[in-house]
Amino acid sequence: MSGHGPKLALPKFLSFLKNRPTKENGLVSWLTTVDHKRIGILYLYTSFFFLFVGGIEALFVRTQLSANDLEIFVGSTYNQLVTMHATTMIFLAIMPLAAAFFNFMIPLQIGARDVAFPRLNAFSYFMYLAGGIVLNASWFMGGASDVGWFAYAPLTSATYSPTHGVDFWILGLILTGISSTVAAINFIVTIINMRAPGMTLMKMPVFSWMAFVTAFLLAFALPVITIALIILFMDRNYGTTFFQTAAGGDPILWQHLFWVFGHPEVYIIVLPAFGIVSEIIPVFSKKPLFGYKLVVLSGAAIGFMGFTVWSHHMFTVGMGPIVNSAFSITTAAIAIPTGVKIFNWILTLWNGKIKFSVPMMYATALVFLFMVGGFSGLMHGAAASDFQQHDTYFVVAHFHYTILGGGLFGFLAGTVYWLPKFFGKMMDEERGRKIFWWIFVSFNLTFFPMHFLGTSGMPRRIYTYSSDMEWTALNGFITLASFVLGIALLVFFIDVIKAVKSKNKASADPWDARTLEWSIPSPPPVYNFADLPKVEKVDEFWESKISKKPIKTLPRDPHGIHMPGKSWMPLITSVGLMIASFGAIYESDLRYIGLGIFLLAYYGWALEGDAEYYLPYPKKGRK
Amino acid sequence: MEALKLQPVITAFSVFGIFVCIVLTYYALLNLFKSFPRVRSKKEKEAMMDKDSDPHHHVETYTGEPNIKLFWWVFLASDCMFFGSLITAYLIYKGQSLVGPYPLDVFDMELTTISTFILLLSSFFMVLTLSSIQKGDLGKFRFWCFSTFLCGLTFLGFQVYEFEHFIHEGLRLKTNLFGSTFYLLTGTHGVHVAIGVLWLLGMFIYSFWGGITKERAIEVEIAGLYWHFVDVVWIVIFSVIYLMELPIGG
Repeated sequence: MSGHGPKLALPKFLSFLKNRPTKENGLVSWLTTVDHKRIGILYLYTSFFFLFVGGIEALFVRTQLSANDLEIFVGSTYNQLVTMHATTMIFLAIMPLAAAFFNFMIPLQIGARDVAFPRLNAFSYFMYLAGGIVLNASWFMGGASDVGWFAYAPLTSATYSPTHGVDFWILGLILTGISSTVAAINFIVTIINMRAPGMTLMKMPVFSWMAFVTAFLLAFALPVITIALIILFMDRNYGTTFFQTAAGGDPILWQHLFWVFGHPEVYIIVLPAFGIVSEIIPVFSKKPLFGYKLVVLSGAAIGFMGFTVWSHHMFTVGMGPIVNSAFSITTAAIAIPTGVKIFNWILTLWNGKIKFSVPMMYATALVFLFMVGGFSGLMHGAAASDFQQHDTYFVVAHFHYTILGGGLFGFLAGTVYWLPKFFGKMMDEERGRKIFWWIFVSFNLTFFPMHFLGTSGMPRRIYTYSSDMEWTALNGFITLASFVLGIALLVFFIDVIKAVKSKNKASADPWDARTLEWSIPSPPPVYNFADLPKVEKVDEFWESKISKKPIKTLPRDPHGIHMPGKSWMPLITSVGLMIASFGAIYESDLRYIGLGIFLLAYYGWALEGDAEYYLPYPKKGRK
Repeated sequence: MEALKLQPVITAFSVFGIFVCIVLTYYALLNLFKSFPRVRSKKEKEAMMDKDSDPHHHVETYTGEPNIKLFWWVFLASDCMFFGSLITAYLIYKGQSLVGPYPLDVFDMELTTISTFILLLSSFFMVLTLSSIQKGDLGKFRFWCFSTFLCGLTFLGFQVYEFEHFIHEGLRLKTNLFGSTFYLLTGTHGVHVAIGVLWLLGMFIYSFWGGITKERAIEVEIAGLYWHFVDVVWIVIFSVIYLMELPIGG
């Protein structure tokens, strides 16, 4: 919330900036929105869409691999599918899915009316969308990137990748990187500064805590990949030689820069899911989270240690035994705080009044699946054994168990758990259970056999194999299971949309939950909290239900409820940067036009009027 | 192929890790803990309640710090990693260029020292800029703000001159690894200075529209925060690029 300083002084020719959009309904209201709840919903739907796109790409890959010597998607096409599947899933589906929950839930959980910078929040969303458009536009403009999602040099050089695919990939990732960095800083400030009075850091809900840690990871990891991408872009287009061995450059530098970002990225994906699980398990066990402080601190420890393990992706590069041993040790060490979390979840379940509603099913499934992924992670965390597993399907199995089993299952749990808060509608319980079992079983049938393929030597990223290898039967089975998984996930999302459209209204607190977001109506009013709460205990809402005393609140502002104003500028700045990106790829004048639009909108952003307004308080007040 | 020397990577990131830690600790000590509600005295709490009932006052944040200030602290911490990566690249490729010109062929230590001095001097002027607006002295604010702006502009002028001189000597972006890493690192810093210069000029013009007042001194403070950061980064860059080339002990 910005201040009520004196009104901005604007010369006459700029006075049109004083009017800010005020539409409450229709397309314009969504394009100009600064409401964190609406932005959360936008993130949710957009990431569902990209999950669908990435899923289709995965199924194409699986189709090609379903039998030996197939020639459906061959060579570069296959490589593009593999690359874009990973890129889409990581940057456009899973990370924004976490952002959807961050956006919607953090202000509600910490008792705030909005995030610290509502317009920047909208900017983050539109930048993410712009990045998604640039990345996927490459399909229609000469082919997508086909160098793998980690894009090792020198394969990415202009010599070996002469099309614009890699350029699209670079610019797309820079745009989503800007989006995530800005969002991360926004959330850090929100969490530090916008908490309800009395909510010290150690009384904050665990999901908000994990979002806090994740935001720091984003803020410190993304600059590294941004620099790496800029250097790569210069190598490709401006003739520098950072990764060219012939000129003294070192391709391994790319690997270091990429993984200094890439490994924290793994925790960026999985920590929000851990946060969601830490919310769900206590609610459905009717017990406070066992070892709240340990869960929080181990989350923070994972965040710190996440920056010390990057070279375990590079054991086979030839860094020497000392470096390999050091990174083996740090990799093994990071299992400790992860294990602490898992034991705390199990001990929360212990002796609880467990109710297996659908969110709880996904949450407990996550605990199990992430353990499978974690153990195989420890196996190739040991450098000596990694030499056998590197670049085989064993690794593919491992990271799908962590990213899907650890990340996606958490977000599916969160979707079912928070859907009542998002849309005020409940999902069908019976159907939800059935869908869960289809997803859970087909997930394991898809990815568990990959361990066997990996140990029998099938390498990643090959588009076909001969029948002599005896991989055909397992691959056929995996492809079959993957189609079932794809359909099951599709049915899940159709079920979500069905629930949103249904008349199955949710109460304010359908799960008998513990945190502040359930103390307000579903869906929350635009101002979230009519009376801002005061917090005294960890699960303030739960405590107030037990003691039957309402949550204490702050005195009301005589002017009404203070609200941030809508704005066009976030959208226009993002469009400007998107146009500039296309211009940069084709080295056309479009980049100057794009930057011009960006600059104008930027100044418009800075100078547009204070459009904060006041809403009247509801008459009845909060229950 | 010879494996990459990991030491410079770790060194550079550690240096910046330590730097980030120092900055954050400094911030925490100075601002964060003193304003956690638990530490607030009763009197302060009462004063806060008074503020709540006064709608013309800033909306109270949890720490008592304005959001925008916190935003810039976190952003600058994140920016440290940008420079950290660039310095890493520079250090790794130090002495790896296959063809000349090499650093000592082109460097003019005296020139860069003078421009460094001017940039550091601007930090001093920035302090005076902030202090004059905090006292509400608009005239002095304009004077010092413009002085800071001029110093920044002079620094940029020196940099443009230096780049042109280097290009004349045959060092281009794509000549060798030294050229690539040097131009990228100092160029990124130069872009930061240019943004700062535009910011200062903007504030200077804005003060004639009545946009800069004592009550809005926080906005000047943030510009100062950014400006000092850019200066501190230059100290690191100057040491890493220029001073490390000097033969130790004459």
